[in-house]
Amino acid sequence: MSKANELTKTAGAFDIRNFIGILLGIFGIILTIAGIVGFTPDEAERTGGIDANLWTGIGLLVAAVVFLAWAKIRPLRIIEDTDDVTGTEAGPKAD
Amino acid sequence: MEAIRLDAQWIDYLLIAVYFIFVLGIGWFAKRGISSSIEFLLSGRSLPAWVTALAFVSANLGAVEIMGMSATGAQYGMPTMHYFWIGAVPAMLFLGVVMMPFYYGSKVRSVPEFMRKRFGTGAHLVNALSFAIAQILIAGVNLFLLGTIVNRLLGWPLWIALVVAAVIVLSYITLGGLTAAIYNEVLQFFVIVAALLPLTIIGLNRVGGWEGLKERVSSDGMLGAEQLSSWPGEQLSGFSNPVLSVVGIVFGLGFVLSFGYWTTNFVEVQRAMASKSINAARLTPILGSFPKMLIPFIVIIPGMISAVLVTQMTKFKEISSTAGEAAAQAQTGVTYNDALLLLMREVLPNGLLGIAIAGLLAAFMAGMAANISAFNTVFSYDLWQQYVVKDREDGYYLKVGRYATIGACIVAIFTALIAGNFSNLMDYLQTLFGFFNAPLFATFILGMFWKRMSATAGWVGLVGGTLSAVAVFVLAETGVLDLPGQGAAFLAASTAFVVDIILSVIVTFRTAPKPAHELRGLVYSETPKTDFEDLGEPKPPVWKRPVPIAGVALVLVIILNVTFG
Repeated sequence: MSKANELTKTAGAFDIRNFIGILLGIFGIILTIAGIVGFTPDEAERTGGIDANLWTGIGLLVAAVVFLAWAKIRPLRIIEDTDDVTGTEAGPKAD
Repeated sequence: MEAIRLDAQWIDYLLIAVYFIFVLGIGWFAKRGISSSIEFLLSGRSLPAWVTALAFVSANLGAVEIMGMSATGAQYGMPTMHYFWIGAVPAMLFLGVVMMPFYYGSKVRSVPEFMRKRFGTGAHLVNALSFAIAQILIAGVNLFLLGTIVNRLLGWPLWIALVVAAVIVLSYITLGGLTAAIYNEVLQFFVIVAALLPLTIIGLNRVGGWEGLKERVSSDGMLGAEQLSSWPGEQLSGFSNPVLSVVGIVFGLGFVLSFGYWTTNFVEVQRAMASKSINAARLTPILGSFPKMLIPFIVIIPGMISAVLVTQMTKFKEISSTAGEAAAQAQTGVTYNDALLLLMREVLPNGLLGIAIAGLLAAFMAGMAANISAFNTVFSYDLWQQYVVKDREDGYYLKVGRYATIGACIVAIFTALIAGNFSNLMDYLQTLFGFFNAPLFATFILGMFWKRMSATAGWVGLVGGTLSAVAVFVLAETGVLDLPGQGAAFLAASTAFVVDIILSVIVTFRTAPKPAHELRGLVYSETPKTDFEDLGEPKPPVWKRPVPIAGVALVLVIILNVTFG
């Protein structure tokens, strides 16, 4: 196994866009469910009648899909380090 | 201070728990990429511009700013926008367009290291030591505020909150280094927006929309409609003359204070240095200026809503306008700093509340993590490697970086405990460290564009400028100079700036300059243009170049100033 291949793997697992997408997705699912099953009159009074959890949940799910799609469509690519003197040019790069 | 107990339910705790699993998970995943000190301390200079740009904004979006700016919003209204539109955006654009090529292009690993290359060890030691000490103290203050919030919101004992927060920050930074800190800052940015955007919208809904808010604010019987336009902002600047007020805000806040802070503070510059190319480094503060322009809408507006909607806050503001803030706090048990928390309690349903708490906790920790990740770089490279143990293999400095992180977290816990007992002392110290910024900016900008400037002039200017700022501050504190509001801070910074320049010029003409061949990459006239471009990469298209994007940002911020002026 060459080093470049290992790097590709690491970078794939470590794309921050996936992290953001998954976290916002989990938040979105929890809030959407809470908004559907738990919208009480007390809550409506707080928010002035908006089902805030539901709408925020939906918004978060949309944002999650955007991040996951972005990471999918434009994955990280690894640049081979051609200049070993500095060793600072290599690294994951979102194109 | 009284408790503002938020009625957190299991669903809120669930959301907070999910968030913290991700925070630690990032540290764990980032650890895999680290095998050298440059990867630990500067993310291997590998990150894309949008990541470093969001981290750049987040590193400064600690809960101190969030609570503080919503507090100022509750107190003064729209003039608070100046802290973003005048006090941040122009300086960020200047950093990206003018100064970043020197920082990134000279391949230095920290701002103090640039100081050393340009001016030698005298100025370097002053800069590195003051920065390192300031960061640890500020990390302690951030930690203390975090502990207080957890204590007031959730009822945890202060010391448990301190230790838990320090351990979480410690674990993700020692594992993942700067990459973990930066990635967590990016994550934090989205969680904060996910919490504050709904808060603002729901709040507006409760007061009858934007028109309803304007009506309520202008008929509040205190500052009234003055709170609805950002200019001339007399209440904020402390000058009663509108012309002086505008001049004070533009030069004091907009030029001396903000340029000093944004362009020389390594906590910020480090985020840009972690990016993958000169172009990305320059884009970091420039792209960051766009979210920076919009953040006040979800921070300051909730503060204003809180002041007209939440009974406790309205009462506090009424009493303090006649009897002063101390009396108002004694009667209501809250202060302006509670504006955001009170609005959260008033309008957020359980669920969203959990995200809001997670966002605030994240902001506090990110603030502390930013201080610590900048501290460990300066400590390892600028202090330890430069003055204590030189010429060891890289793995040794990676270890030093990790131990420095652990040491800094432990010291921060103790600083936090001290901060709790001597809050005034901490305020003074923070103000004092703020005085380093204005002369730093003067020395840097002079040094970057005037090749004659000598090494001695570097440290003499810094020390002289800082001392003159302290002198003005002491005169103002003891009442010799009578300046209201922010006047004293503006004057201290301006004096420091001018004294630094004058001293530098005088000393330069009496000392020998550095030989020209040592100034490549450090001084504009001695650096070939190609040093400021990325080698071996095609020139980016116009919409990915720093200067055109900075132009768009400048136009936008002017439009915002006119629209909300």
